[in-house]
This record gives sequence, C-alpha cells and structure tokens, in this order.
Amino acid sequence: MASVQSVLAAALRPVNAPPAVLAWLVPIASIVVGLLAFGVFVALLGRNPLEVYATIFEGGFASAFSWNNTLLRAAPLILTGLAVAIPAQAGLVVIGGEGALALGALAAAAVAVPLAPSLGAGALVAGAVAGAAAGGLWFALTGYFRAYRGLNETISSLLLSYIAIAVFNHLVEGPLRDPASLNKPSTLPLPDAAMIGQIPWLDVHWGLAIGLVACLIAQLALSRSTQGFALRVAGGNPRAAMLVGLPVGALIVAACALGGAAAGLAGAIEVMAVHSAASASVLAGYGTTGILVAFMARQQPLAIVPVAILMGGIAAAGSLLQRRLDLPDATTLVLQGLLFVSILAGEAFMPKERR
Amino acid sequence: MTFDAVLTVLIAVMGGAIRVSTPFLFVSLGECITEKSGRINLGLEGTMVFGAMFGYAVSYHTGSPWLGVLAAGCSGVVFGAVHGLLCSLPRVNDTAIGISLIVLGLGLAYFFGKAYIQPTAPRLPSLDLGAWSDRPALRAALQVNVLFIVGAVLAFVLHWAFANTRWGLQLRTVGDSADAARALGLSVGRTRVMATALGGFFGGVAGAYLSLYYPGSWNEALSSGQGVMAVALVIFARWRPLGCFRAALIFGGAGSIGPALQAVGIQAGYHLWNAAPYVLTLAIMLASTSKARASIGAPGELSMTR
Amino acid sequence: MITSRRTLLQAAGAAGLVSAAGLPLRASAQTPITVGVIYVGPRDDFGYNQAQAQAAAALKKLPGVKVVEEEKVPETIAVQKTMEAMITQDKASLIFATSFGYFDPHMLRMAEKYPKVRFAHGGGMWTEGKHPKNAGSYFGYIDGAQYVAGVVAGHMSKSKKLGFVAAKPIPQVLRNINAFTMGARSVDPSITTRVIFTGDWSMAVKEAEATNSLVDQGVDVVTCHVDGPKVMIETAEKRGIMTCGYHASQAALAPKGYLTGAEWDWSTPYGMLVDAARTGKPHLNFLRGGLKEGFVKMSAYGPSVTPAAKAAGDAARTALTTGNFAIFKGPLKDNKGGTVVPAGTSLEMTNLELEKMNYLVEGVLGSIPA
Repeated sequence: MASVQSVLAAALRPVNAPPAVLAWLVPIASIVVGLLAFGVFVALLGRNPLEVYATIFEGGFASAFSWNNTLLRAAPLILTGLAVAIPAQAGLVVIGGEGALALGALAAAAVAVPLAPSLGAGALVAGAVAGAAAGGLWFALTGYFRAYRGLNETISSLLLSYIAIAVFNHLVEGPLRDPASLNKPSTLPLPDAAMIGQIPWLDVHWGLAIGLVACLIAQLALSRSTQGFALRVAGGNPRAAMLVGLPVGALIVAACALGGAAAGLAGAIEVMAVHSAASASVLAGYGTTGILVAFMARQQPLAIVPVAILMGGIAAAGSLLQRRLDLPDATTLVLQGLLFVSILAGEAFMPKERR
Repeated sequence: MTFDAVLTVLIAVMGGAIRVSTPFLFVSLGECITEKSGRINLGLEGTMVFGAMFGYAVSYHTGSPWLGVLAAGCSGVVFGAVHGLLCSLPRVNDTAIGISLIVLGLGLAYFFGKAYIQPTAPRLPSLDLGAWSDRPALRAALQVNVLFIVGAVLAFVLHWAFANTRWGLQLRTVGDSADAARALGLSVGRTRVMATALGGFFGGVAGAYLSLYYPGSWNEALSSGQGVMAVALVIFARWRPLGCFRAALIFGGAGSIGPALQAVGIQAGYHLWNAAPYVLTLAIMLASTSKARASIGAPGELSMTR
Repeated sequence: MITSRRTLLQAAGAAGLVSAAGLPLRASAQTPITVGVIYVGPRDDFGYNQAQAQAAAALKKLPGVKVVEEEKVPETIAVQKTMEAMITQDKASLIFATSFGYFDPHMLRMAEKYPKVRFAHGGGMWTEGKHPKNAGSYFGYIDGAQYVAGVVAGHMSKSKKLGFVAAKPIPQVLRNINAFTMGARSVDPSITTRVIFTGDWSMAVKEAEATNSLVDQGVDVVTCHVDGPKVMIETAEKRGIMTCGYHASQAALAPKGYLTGAEWDWSTPYGMLVDAARTGKPHLNFLRGGLKEGFVKMSAYGPSVTPAAKAAGDAARTALTTGNFAIFKGPLKDNKGGTVVPAGTSLEMTNLELEKMNYLVEGVLGSIPA
C-alpha cells in the first residue's frame, strides 16, 4: 500500500500547467466529474441521464424564472457560508450557523417591528444591526471558549446552536409571541410596506445584494488589511503568531463574532425580507447548508457566491425534477453529495497554494 | 415535586440513559477509533442514517433483524473506507470530506428508503432485565437491548486494547506522529483507512439500532443529529472509550428529562428542558477544560486540534 | 366570503351529487385542469402529508384532472417559488398548499400576484376583506372524530388513564386533546388524559420518549397529534398498550392495540374545490366540514374493540353526523378551575371561537407551557 500511495501521489502532482489555469480548470473538471457520477447513478436507476441533466438545467439556470428561483434560494446561503468561512480563516471549524441565524431573526423581529412606524426604513437598518449583533455575540461565546478556555469550537458551536434554537422556540411560542398568531406561533409581524424591497428588474430582495457586498468586504479585508493578514497568520500557525506578538485570543473571538454576525444578518434578512415575523419557519436549514457552501468554496469568501448559486440552482432544479420526472426530493442531496466529494477530491490536483 | 414524581423522573432518566445512549455510544466509539489514528470522520451522521435504512430494508427482506444490523455495519464499512481512501489523497481536507459524505449518505438513505417507510420490518428483541420489579416504569427502563450491552463491553474492550495490544499501540502511534510511525515501518495510510472503515462499521450499527429498536421505525425524520453530536462527544470524552460510554449515558439520560418532567406535570419551558443534554454537556466541558489542559488526550495528528 | 355550512352543502349539491367518497359523481364540466399540491414533508409519512396525498391520488383518477405534486417544500421563499413554478411551468390553476405555515405570507403573496389562480390552504384563517378572494382555506373538524375515538378509548381503558403526545400547544392541537378527553369522560367522568408536548411536528426520539413516559405513568390508551404518528403507534404497540390513530389509518402498524382513529378524508374538500374551479363557480373561501360532510372519517375498529365500545362509538358518530350535538357546550370548565364555556352556551363545530382555543378542559393533566 505504501508504494501505491507514493505512486498515486506522484501521479497527482500538478503537471506543467501554470497554476492560475489549474485553479480554475480543476474545480470545473471536478464539477463535470461529479455530474457524470450523478449521471451514472441516475442511469443505474433506469432513467435517462440526459433528460435529467436537461431538467436540472431548465430548473435552475435556463430561464429568467429559474434564475430568479435560484438567486432567491442562494441569497441566505451566501451569508451562512460566510459564517463558516470567516472563522475558518482563523483556523476554526465552527458549525453553529443555524442557531446564530435563529437568534438574529428573533433580534431583528424584536427591534424592527416596534420601530417601523416611526423610523420606516431606518427600522430595517436597526433590525439588521440587532440581528448581526445577536449572532455575533452568540458566536463570540464560541470564540471565547476556544481562546480562553481551550474548548473545541466545533463542539461548542454545535451545542450552542441547539441551545439557541431551543431559546428561540421558547421565546417565539411564549414571551415574544404575537397573540394573533394562533396556529403558527410567530412574533409580531412587520407590515408589508415596511419590509425589505426587491432589487429592480431582478425580483429578488435586497438580501442578495447585502450578501454579495458582505463577501466582497470579507475578501478584501482578509487579503488586503493588516487585521485580515493577522487573522490568517493566527489561523495558519498559531504558535508563530503568538511569537510575533499577535493577539491570537482576540483574533479568534473577533473572527467568530464576524462569522456569527453574518449568520445573524441572514436571519434578520429572512424575517425582514421574506417572512415578516420570526417563527419556526425560519429554521429551514440555511445554517447547515452554509457549512456545505463554505467547505465547497474552500473557505474563500468570493468563491462562496458561485457555490451558493450552484446550491440554489440545485434546489430550484430539485423542484422541477420532482414535478417533471417524479424523482424524489432526495435526488438533489445525492447530486450535492457527489459534486461535493468530487470537488474535494479534485483538491488533490490543485497547484500548491501560494499562501 | 413529590417523592414519587422525583422517582419517576429519575427512573425515566435511567431508562433514557440506556435506551437513547446506544446510538451515541456506537458512533462515538467508532469515531474514537478513527480519531485515534489521526483522522476525523465527520460523516458518521450520513453513515448512521444510511445504516438505519439499509438495516431496516435487510431486516424486512430477510426477516432477521440481526442480519439487518450486520448489513448496516457493512454499509458503514463501505462509507468509512470511501472516506479513508478519499482522505488519503494529498491535500484533501478530512473535515470537508466528512461533511460531503453526510450529504451523500443522507441523500442515498432517503432516496432508497422511500420504499421502506410503509412496510414493517422485524425488530430487535430486548432483554427484560427488570422482570424482578413490580413497578412498570422500572421494568420498562430496564428493557435493555443486547446492543447496549455490546456497546458497553466494546467500550471496555477498546479501553484495554488501546493500551495493551499491538493494534492499539500502532493505532496511537499513527495518530500521534505519522513520522514516528513511518520510522517504525507502520503504514500510516492503510492504518487510517482501516480505522475509518472500522469506525464506519459502528456508525452503521448505531443507525440499525435507531431503525430496528429505538425509536424502532424507519422514516426521514429518524435522526435528530445523533451522528454529528456523537462525533462531538468524542472530544468531550477526550478520546477515551470509557469517556465515550460516560458521555453517551449522560447525553441519553439528559434527553429524557424533558418528557419525563412533562409526564409528572412540569410543562413550562419544555423547549428549554429539551435542550438539557446540550446545556449539561456544555457545562461539564466548560468545567473540565482550561487553556492549559485543552488538548490533553488529543491524537497529535488530528487536523482539528493541531 | 365566509360560507355557512348550509350554503356549503347547497353549493356541493349544485355542483353535482356528492358520492360516498366525497367526489362529485359527474363532473359538470370536462374542462381539463391542472392542480398543484404542495407538501411540507414526505408524502408517505403515515400521517398528515400522506392523508393529503391520498386525496391527491383520488383527484388523479378523475378524467381531465392533471396533478403535479412537490413534497418536502419548506415554509420559506421556496414554497413561493414552487407555487409560481406550478403556475408558470405546469399551468396549474388551482394550488393546494397543505402545510399550515404556507399561508402567511407565502400563499397570500402568490394569491395577490396571480389573481386568476385559485389557492386553497389547509387550515388557515381566511378572512373576508383581509385576504384576497382567490385565496381560501379548507379544513376538517377532526375534533369530532377525536371525540368518537375518545368514547371508544373511554370504554376500553382499564386504568382510566389516557395519554396524548402533542407537538405544539396551538389551537388545532388543543381542540383535539380536549375533544378526545371529553369523549372519554362522557363514558366515565373519572378518566384523565395526560398530555406531553414534544416541541415540533416531527421528532422521532422525543415522540418515543413521550410515549414511554406516558405508559410509565399507567396510561393504557394513547393517541397523538404530530405529523407522523408512526413512532408513537409502534412504541405503544411494543409496550402492549392500546392506541388511537390520527391523520390516516395506522392499523397496519398495531395489529393488536389499534382501537380506531381520527382520519382526514381530504378527497371531499379537494373534490369540491376542483369542481368549483372547473365549472367556473366562485372559489370556496372558507371550506369546513366534519364527520357529517365527509371531511373526516373514523378508522375501522380494531380487533380488540368490545361490542359495547363499538356501540358507544357508533352512537357518538351518529350524534355528530345527524343530530345537533355540540362537543363544546357549557358549563365547561378548564383544568385550572375556570369556566371556559358558560352554562347555556353551546359552541357549534363551525363556531370560529373554537379556532382560537387556548385552554385544556377539566380532566386533562398538563398545562399549556406558555
């Protein structure tokens, strides 16, 4: 086995292609391989793979409607992807986005609704800030526990996520409940006119733009700013960072807080752009899917956007696959899994990282 | 609360510790083996749910729930081996592969599992360890499945094996220092793949327990994240098999507090009571870790704790 | 507009004779129609979604009716897009949004965007003047069926302790708990029902734990209101106690202990809504019905049900389908000692006050975790 290993490693060493080309070629080739594997899966079930591919394309990417569908589903995933990717820059694996999203949604509902009559659009800003703050504080706990108590951040963020969801449900069904929301416990709703509007011509709410801007800011900050650099150093080599005198502990907490803010903001947008109130419907697995998005994007903020769109497209396609081809909802999970495995395995062919 | 009510809750907690802990026990023990070899397999959630489906299906078709358990374990070996092999490729992130296999595992489980939601498969039997009691609650709490006993024994066996067998030593060497292992002539890659496959076996068995014993049903809402949680419990247990056993018992028992309290009339804040296992685990971990003792017990090669 | 029961029946009569299965015997128009049905969970959950899917399957058998279905659609923007896709891609002109959380804001937004399409929601409080006319809701008074189940349970229970595994303390669930309890107490006023809330609609382990806790307390008949009763029924059967089903028939899962169950017969309202759409009649905005109208039905009695219990169950069913029997009539006390329905008042099944229920009646052990 040892010799097979080394042969494999030798075979996989990048060829003479310039690294920049490979950085694009490999992911695309991986996606193709993943799609082919899915085609094989589908064919083994007696279906026509070409028909399936065509339906996926039609459902996710072929028309204005399908693009609208895809973008709307992608919007929250951009921010929940950041929730994983930003802490990852500090070397942390944080998976509690669902809980932070829930708290962000609750905070936004609690703040924006009473302020809406007097502040109008300002209430939305207040809601967004409240949501980001709630999510940020919650994730900061994870950062604090990791930096100053040595508690593994993966387990603490997971536990805190479940706890946050329990608190969310408790408050939505109890103290923060709108008495008129009988059969679907919700907080007091935002009037329609006060909600986040649509981007002109796109018919998608502004949350998509907020997500894009957040990714851009994250990418720029990480690659250009001193703090971003410090964060990546702390993530890459904590000992070296400490030797150099970087405040590793504070950086960890900050990275977590920013990630949590992104998830909290996602929750706030869900309430203020889509649902108009916080209810259990907000817990739709966006935080969990965000983990997938971030890892597929290799924790790069800019790459999160196309990956989120891909995920959104697959979800939109799943809708059509059910109705046209009578394929169960689980088919999209299989597709996502195969694509993901493929993209990750493709890492082996990627040129050595510059950083 | 009256004495009787307190006793009811305690008995329910004990029953829950036995009933609910078993999947956590198997997944965490399996993950313990994997992580001792220096690899993280986050994908056990997918392995577990697929094992649940596959075990149920095999039990249905063959009429034997034990064959179902075995089949589930074997499907887990496949998932584990795939994980191990993929992670052997250079520069592949094992955390990410794990997550991708969760998605794939769940997708395949739900896809093929549709046909098995309606049919009723033969279930695993239980041992009536509480037959001596005339209190029905106690008898029910002591209805133990053989798998629980197997899991408990496994915990002790692993505890002994890690410290006293050649296999255990090899595993730990590979996990603590790949360089040292290679210097000793051990095959790092093969050891890790096999450890991951073995871990996958136990993950599959955990799933079969869910569908064939408790809750004893196959449908898409079967898992409540036990696979992911159990992987986290390994950290709680500091990579010690007996710690995994303890963690699983605490977690399982704490999960029964909510319903048990309601049964004796305490219903306020039921969402919060249902979060008891998570709060308890977090509290215990906070109390027992400190910056200095952070990674005691962690295998040196584990990517998560480097 | 809010339709009284009498007007409903007149409309059903005018639309065509209603068969025993609840579907119009002759479609008065052969206009082909595409109908969309959206489920929040899997279609085969042995529960809520399956009951709706059974009605969709019945629709498919009608000539000229095409049904497109989508399952596992979450209550988020996704369902808005699904509705839109069904309308624009599949040319659906009638959409069944079966999960409660689809109503506000999702279905209402789509109803405003597509005024020519009809939207029918399972259980929502469609209100005249507040909601668009092309939207509407349908629901069944399943508490009537739970009452009958309670009567049977009351006869069969030896410990006089019944159990109820409930998801969330919302009015629809509380109404079922109360009806079940009152049915049982009409047989023996000393009977109590212990209720446990799991917190969400689909939680396998919590449902199993809750069932076990109830049995530990001495309960010997248990029923539930969760999305998929499968786990509860199987756990109860394993513990050797009796069960009453919900949503659909789970008799196959509990060959010994299944007594009867409160089932939906959604094919009745589905048929009425499809018929109104095809014949161009106004959309039925507030469609309700109970045992009498065939919106809900009882499961067949299980093998262990005694003749006395059967007789009592049949009598209760007759009272609910033919007479003017009201379950919630005064004087009615809640389980905290207060009076919720004063003496002399009788709340008919159609009374909207019942859709706001926020109490547990005397005899229910447990409280609403507010």
